[in-house]
Amino acid sequence: MSTARLVNVEIKLSLRDKVGPVWGVGFPLVLLIILGSIPDLREPKPEYGGLSNFDLLVPVMVLFNLAMLALVALPTTLSGYREQGVLRRMRTTPVGPARVLTAQLVANLTTAVVAVVAFLAVARFAFGVGLPDNIGGYVVAWLLSAAALLSVGLLITALAPGRGPATAIGTVLYFPIMFFAGLWVPIADMPTLLRNISHYTPSGAAMTAFQAAYEGHFPAAQPLLTLVAYAVVCTAVAIRWFRWE
Amino acid sequence: MPPVIEVRHLHKRYGDNVAVDDISLTVEEGEVLGILGPNGAGKTTTVECVEGIRAPDRGEIRVAGFDPLRDRAEVTRHLGVQLQDGQLQERLQVAEALELYSSFYSQPADWRALMAGLGLADKAKTRYGKLSGGQKQRLSIALALVGNPRVAILDELTTGLDPQARRDTWDLIEDVRSRGVTIVLVTHFMEEAERLCDRVALIDAGRVVTVDTPTGLTEQARIEQRIQFRPSRPIDDSLLTTLPDVSSVTRRGDLVIVNGNSDALNAVTAVLAHNQIVAQQLRVEQASLEDAFVRLTGKHLDPK
Repeated sequence: MSTARLVNVEIKLSLRDKVGPVWGVGFPLVLLIILGSIPDLREPKPEYGGLSNFDLLVPVMVLFNLAMLALVALPTTLSGYREQGVLRRMRTTPVGPARVLTAQLVANLTTAVVAVVAFLAVARFAFGVGLPDNIGGYVVAWLLSAAALLSVGLLITALAPGRGPATAIGTVLYFPIMFFAGLWVPIADMPTLLRNISHYTPSGAAMTAFQAAYEGHFPAAQPLLTLVAYAVVCTAVAIRWFRWE
Repeated sequence: MPPVIEVRHLHKRYGDNVAVDDISLTVEEGEVLGILGPNGAGKTTTVECVEGIRAPDRGEIRVAGFDPLRDRAEVTRHLGVQLQDGQLQERLQVAEALELYSSFYSQPADWRALMAGLGLADKAKTRYGKLSGGQKQRLSIALALVGNPRVAILDELTTGLDPQARRDTWDLIEDVRSRGVTIVLVTHFMEEAERLCDRVALIDAGRVVTVDTPTGLTEQARIEQRIQFRPSRPIDDSLLTTLPDVSSVTRRGDLVIVNGNSDALNAVTAVLAHNQIVAQQLRVEQASLEDAFVRLTGKHLDPK
């Protein structure tokens, strides 16, 4: 009951702040449309099995959006609450940290669901990018990726001393995370060492799982377990180190 | 019935700064206990330890029999808290805040009635960030009461309110109290303490100076009454100085000024009546809690 009410309030506030709609959905969607409008990126490439660069960028953009919400929006909001005394106020009630954190996760997850549906729809209907062949596998991969990245966001919030540092850490961490997702260099083109590292990063594991789903398989255990491990460990540490003020 | 709140030998320091030296207090079911003292006396630290948002260095605290740090769930259920510096999200509306906070409790109060009772009904859709200081204060009182607490701790209840809003808030507190809620009131307003509190704990430099009823405090401080009048015909000082309740008689022009204990006024008027003297322009200066405070601690309360 109170968790539902908290989620409801968080979503309303995110709409009023415009953080969710603008940064969580709008901006990445505009970027997707711009990239889709570059003819070169949509040339099918024989070395990618007839897929274009744009086809490969769609899952990267999905991750880009998740990472933005999880690593920047979530830590900024939560550590802002801490600085303003919002959490201090809640601490005197029976609500408890678990429900406060859950509400943040669910609210951000909701924004991310809206975003991923919009992405896949635009990519499909405006640019003819096929949907993943294994939809069930894709949903599982996406949910675990979201859980892993959001829990990294919670960890940043728990460990950063204030709102400024939390935003800074999130933004800095954002670049390697997106690098290992293959935003600049596709994972397949990376040197072996980087490719191996990539498999054990949340974003690299997510991309591997997405790719499997696009190719029609259910993702393998290794990337899925990697994502689960991030989610469990980071969330546990975040709850353990959670600070109200 | 055991006390609702028990504090025994509380001690808390921040680095080298001792905020609370040694404080012991009990709060009985149904009473309004005032915690009165100058800024920096340790009032807020004490109640924060009771609320369980600060860990004491030494001492023991029980709220309805529970430990505020270990038994968070029980304590937060029984205790409503108004913080001096707790904030809400800027864009959260008044009604949303009340509805949200009421959802945290298993048997909440009717938040709509609270909102109306605190004069916030027409602000239901106003965002927290757009409220005036007084409105924020009233909302924070409403949030302290929304869980239907057995004990409410109100820290600087009426600071920042204009005189009318302050009186309205006092009425509300009396109403809450008449429903059986125990109240701990941290304040530095004497008038507030005199009007609302059954007992007042005077705190100074991290220690309890004394705990007593407001009247008891002025008696403890042995503050004399000052009676001033213009006699209708000349009067001999000895008529008054011989009275046991009178300590001194002085004159300023044709004004007679008598100092004495709380029974002096009765004694003086009796003597005057006996001698058929009318006391014109009679004025009595009553000792206030403020005088008592100054007498008992040797300090003045901060004006603001």
